[in-house]
Amino acid sequence: MPQNYIPIFIFLAVVGILIPLTLLAAKLVRPENPSRTKLMPYECGIDPVDNARGRYTVRYYIVAILFVVFDVETIFLFPWAVRYKALGVFGLVEMLVFLLILIVGYIWIWKKGALEWV
Amino acid sequence: MSITTFIIVSLIKTALALFVLLTAVAYSVWLERKVVGRMQNRWGPTRVGPFGLLQPAADGVKFLLKEDLTPPHVYKPLYIAAPIIAVVFALTSIAVIPIGNPVTIFGLTIPLQIAPDLNIALLIILGVTSLGVYGVALSGWSSNSKYSLLGGLRASAQMISYEIALGLSLVGVLIMSGSFSLNDIVAAQTGVFWGFIPKWNIFHGQFVAFFIYLMAAYAETNRIPFDLPEAETELVAGYHTEYSAMKFAMFFMAEYANMVTVGCLATLLFLGGWSGPVFGPPLLQALLPVFWFVAKVFVFMFIYIWVRGTLPRFRYDQLMAFGWKFLLPLSIANVVVTALIVVLQQ
Repeated sequence: MPQNYIPIFIFLAVVGILIPLTLLAAKLVRPENPSRTKLMPYECGIDPVDNARGRYTVRYYIVAILFVVFDVETIFLFPWAVRYKALGVFGLVEMLVFLLILIVGYIWIWKKGALEWV
Repeated sequence: MSITTFIIVSLIKTALALFVLLTAVAYSVWLERKVVGRMQNRWGPTRVGPFGLLQPAADGVKFLLKEDLTPPHVYKPLYIAAPIIAVVFALTSIAVIPIGNPVTIFGLTIPLQIAPDLNIALLIILGVTSLGVYGVALSGWSSNSKYSLLGGLRASAQMISYEIALGLSLVGVLIMSGSFSLNDIVAAQTGVFWGFIPKWNIFHGQFVAFFIYLMAAYAETNRIPFDLPEAETELVAGYHTEYSAMKFAMFFMAEYANMVTVGCLATLLFLGGWSGPVFGPPLLQALLPVFWFVAKVFVFMFIYIWVRGTLPRFRYDQLMAFGWKFLLPLSIANVVVTALIVVLQQ
């Protein structure tokens, strides 16, 4: 029933108002005396060297791309799993073919070293 | 029931659920400090109230009264939005979780669930919890500090990696129950084998899936042994290094609310939800299912703390290898084996 979705939005609205209100309430009661040292980026007491927006390893991008591939696979498996008992052997064979293609790809990226973190 | 009553009932349930959830979050922090303390041969909090029971209240007041620094080097809109995003989405997923059979009060049949009986409840939970990664990634990036950036990147990569294993471990449960509705999944787990073993999914072919779910859930909530994003010894506090006072408390609340949600989901999907022995007078019969549900979630929370007191932290390359090279193939194998067994049984 569509009206059963309304409570989720009510909940979101209540939380979405309550949380910023807590932050505002804290603003009214807390002390505020910043100093230069307090406001420096935290680097264990050493004066910060260089900008934080530096370069980082490309591995994170690879993980993100692999995530998209396999997460889409998961999403395809969900509706199949729900109707699985009705589909029977046909569903099993279809999904085995789908999984086989993905597993071949998985073995390939493993052999290519995309899963290694060095 | 008319639409006005429906909305009023929903509002009351929202307020109640929020109160219970936030109290549970506060007291799981207390429980964790206490239990980990005893595991390390210390007392844990004892000063505030009997057994330190008022410690969460003291902590709350302290968070409220502490100075909240917003350093000038941060990107302010996202810096403020990130903790709000984290906590809002961590709390929202509780809205679709049922905690018992519907009860009748004053002639109204009220489901013990804020959004009653949605047929895609499980998908909503997966969607909402995966939005939590935005809070982490944005806080790491907007803080403009090296530790935050590294912590945020690590957390994002870890959360998306283990989300796949988490999702695939649920496929077996979906095959068994044939529905996304959490009520239907619980209903599919009623009954017993050989007269005494309950027909919960964990005993009904999904034993491996349960452990995949457990490990992926630990990684999703950034808990030990997968707490690389906030590894104190190398990253200070990870993505919330530059946060203080109430904003820091928001990340804390989000983490513990996520733990509660993950515990509720594990209970519903693998441990038979609120099923358990029900007996006695009508009032007791109405309350016992809720008690069983809470008890199972509590056991789950306790295991979280137990693991924290026991295991050391992984290295990051070990964490990634474990997720991609062990959990992912294992969960695919679990899906295939479950599918084969179900077809053979038909």
